[in-house]
Amino acid sequence: MLEVLVERFNYIPIIILMMTGLYVIIATGNLVKRLVGLSLFQTSVFLLYITIGKVFGGQPPIISDAGHGEEAGHGAETAAGHAAEVAYSNPLPHVLILTAIVVGVATLAVGLALVVRIREAYGTIEDDALNTADYSLETGSVE
Amino acid sequence: MDMLASLLPAGVAVHAPALIVVIPLIMAALAAFMPKGVWAWGITLVTAIAVAVLALNILGQVSTGGVISYAMGGWAPPAGIELRVDMLNVPLLLLVGIVGLLCVIYALPSVADEIAKKQQALFYSAFLVCFAGLLGVTITGDAFNVFVFLEISSISTYTIIAMGAGKDRRALTASYNYLVLGTIGATFFVIGVGFLYMATGTLNIADMALVLEETGHNRVTQAAFAFIVVGLGLKAAMFPLHVWLPNAYAFAPNFVTAFLASTATKVAFYALIRFVFSVFHPEVSFVAMSFTWLFAVVGVIAMMVASVQAVFQTDARRLLAYSSVAQVGYMMLGLGMGTAAGLSASMLHLMNHALMKGALFMALGAFALNFGVRRVKDLAGLGQTMPASSAAFTVAGLSLVGVPLTVGFTSKWYLVTAALERGWWWAVAALMISSLLALAYVARLLAAIWMENPPAGRDGTPPATRLAPWMVLAPMSVLALANIYFFFHADPLVGLARAAANAVMGGN
Repeated sequence: MLEVLVERFNYIPIIILMMTGLYVIIATGNLVKRLVGLSLFQTSVFLLYITIGKVFGGQPPIISDAGHGEEAGHGAETAAGHAAEVAYSNPLPHVLILTAIVVGVATLAVGLALVVRIREAYGTIEDDALNTADYSLETGSVE
Repeated sequence: MDMLASLLPAGVAVHAPALIVVIPLIMAALAAFMPKGVWAWGITLVTAIAVAVLALNILGQVSTGGVISYAMGGWAPPAGIELRVDMLNVPLLLLVGIVGLLCVIYALPSVADEIAKKQQALFYSAFLVCFAGLLGVTITGDAFNVFVFLEISSISTYTIIAMGAGKDRRALTASYNYLVLGTIGATFFVIGVGFLYMATGTLNIADMALVLEETGHNRVTQAAFAFIVVGLGLKAAMFPLHVWLPNAYAFAPNFVTAFLASTATKVAFYALIRFVFSVFHPEVSFVAMSFTWLFAVVGVIAMMVASVQAVFQTDARRLLAYSSVAQVGYMMLGLGMGTAAGLSASMLHLMNHALMKGALFMALGAFALNFGVRRVKDLAGLGQTMPASSAAFTVAGLSLVGVPLTVGFTSKWYLVTAALERGWWWAVAALMISSLLALAYVARLLAAIWMENPPAGRDGTPPATRLAPWMVLAPMSVLALANIYFFFHADPLVGLARAAANAVMGGN
């Protein structure tokens, strides 16, 4: 059991962060804090993807052609042979996460802009107060 | 079909799958810089026409030449991003393209009424981004790309919903709640895709399916399945995850509601079908189990609970929004049958529901445009003051109930047939009860419109008849008439739905 946990150590902080983020979203009534939770939740997923990319004993995914550079004719061949010997970490998840980070930033920006507008319209960013404001508006409009 | 396939010159047609996404994206940037809302609208209209033409052309190409696989940037799949069109996503492309075009025509008077002049150009720009995102989700063959496009469409959706704040500040909180839930949904989806990538080492949807078929399933893919279903279920407003939808639809600008109600949840539902049926095979035991015990059950609960909630709404658009949740339940039920008949009924209902809800929300928008009404009781007497819009509303409303002579009847008929084929009597019973509930809430609206007298003016004179602008009337009438036309000429839509189901179920 312990061995399994140690081997997968990366996943433990990820799960903790993920759950913390989700809990914050659910538990807090403050709209800005909820966005913080949302960001935390998203960030944990970035870490998850980066963890996927790691290969045990893998080198950084940069083809090093030190020592082969002079022989242009052999260059491609030896580089290919080189690549077969050396294990590289997978760079693809990192690229994906670059995109996901951009998405996360955009979401956060729109979210914060909305909070600003909500504050202008309601004068509060607490969920309870917002509900009260809307609720009284609704009963006012029904009769 | 040959005619459609040769609609565009060959050089353009080859790149149609890419253009259908790229054109709205580029035009969105252009629209943002327009000094006047009308100019931005012109750009949007041109874009929507281009997209509709491209969608028709792609339909022609797929029907004559089979599956289109477009290697984005010349990088061959599975390494590169693939745009893939088969019979399953062609109906969605057509739906988004054509309903989108009708909504854009409708937009000009509606947006001029609801959005501040200064913001109109940006509004159209955000709409085009959303449009591009929805088309992107539909057309891409890459799992991570689905996430990106899903978020492109969602983030712009949050903004255009929030623009309803000019009329009602609750649009802001509705949009905020949608943002939080939508992002959780998208993140769940991306976790699921991550697990799938862990298990298969590929992001190409078709390739994933092949690898999974070879390696079989394990705990990782099961977790991926759960995350993807929850994530996409949230976006598609699957029953317990639908809480964002009623407020978002009720407070968004009318044009946005009409567009979203007929496209956005549909596209998410398509993505769900794509993953559940294409990536995970319906014959795998845990997937098969999820059909009966998750999708069917959730669908039936949605049909009941959301319909009952709809009956008691005071806001007309909120009422129809709850009805949308119930209609998603019908689609989930069809999916849950796990048979080709069930899936094709589900796809048929998806298209028909877009026709109904598009017309209904457009009509409510027309009422709001002329009289500023949004509550059910305020609809009183509109049958006398706005007869044309009321007629369109009535046709689409009856279609929603499933009255014969409308498409609502056709899709319910196919759903019932599929349920009987599967031996699910309880599902038939649920469909009947839910239709009765639909009758109850539609009757409330129709009774207010036709049975009651319009409130008299201050000096006691009855208000004069007001015709909605033709740009509002025309698309609304087209959609309402489509509700009748496709009952008598059901073959095109039923054919598309059948072909879609066969494309994923492996038949022909």
